[in-house]
Amino acid sequence: MWIYEKKLQYPVRVNKCDPRMAKYLIEQYGGADGELAAALRYLNQRYTLPEKVIGLVNDIGTEELSHLEMIATMVYKLTKDATAEQMKEAGLGAHYASHDKALFFNDASGNPFSATYFTAKGDPIADLYEDIAAEEKARATYQWLINMTDDTDLIDSLTFLREREIIHSQRFREAVEIIKEDQSTKKIF
Amino acid sequence: MTEKQSSNNESTQAYYTLLKQIQALDFVLVELTLYLDTHPEDTQAIQQFNTTSLQSNQLKQQYQQLYGPLYQFGASPSGTPWNWKDAPWPWQV
Repeated sequence: MWIYEKKLQYPVRVNKCDPRMAKYLIEQYGGADGELAAALRYLNQRYTLPEKVIGLVNDIGTEELSHLEMIATMVYKLTKDATAEQMKEAGLGAHYASHDKALFFNDASGNPFSATYFTAKGDPIADLYEDIAAEEKARATYQWLINMTDDTDLIDSLTFLREREIIHSQRFREAVEIIKEDQSTKKIF
Repeated sequence: MTEKQSSNNESTQAYYTLLKQIQALDFVLVELTLYLDTHPEDTQAIQQFNTTSLQSNQLKQQYQQLYGPLYQFGASPSGTPWNWKDAPWPWQV
């Protein structure tokens, strides 16, 4: 089970109401390389991965849930004071018509979240390489999001998330080596 | 403690300062956890983990006495009346 902790992993503040940036940020909420896909990918893979790497995948999957909450907080804060007119101007008119200010799991173009964004192959090397690629894609997305805003508070939180992708990628690379070593040890007998 | 109430007074500042200290310590713990998941023999890292865990717990006790429970389902004790459900929630501060 999980126990909720009533705090964010890292502070999220924004300088201004900016629904346009929220529209782009939603990519990391319900997009292909977003935090929901990441959390679900790892927490789903952990059941069938070799025991030596279950701990890591379990813990990164859990951390991703806290990143999902940070993204949601950004979107909430950037849109909460927006008028219907501002939502419309930001390209969120269609979103507003259906959801008001409620968050919805879709990407920046409005495509709804899909379980096809990630897989579980049952082969540890295949699964871990997918995880490494997912982290690198998320890292790139965070950089492009940072490039689109001048909100210094938002950039601070997005930079934290970008750095986490780098660490996760590094840890998954180490997990690959652990699996490889384990597999080659078994072949000797 | 919501943004609307945060009129730069001392108690609001104290809240954010303590919260940030906890977030900093807990970040060390997250980072060390992932590191130790792939480097389980690093005794120095384990020592740092255990020391930081103690420091974090101490600060959280202080925080919870002032601002209410941090953890769900009994991992934190409750005040009277029941204060787990009270604002602010993390996205409101």
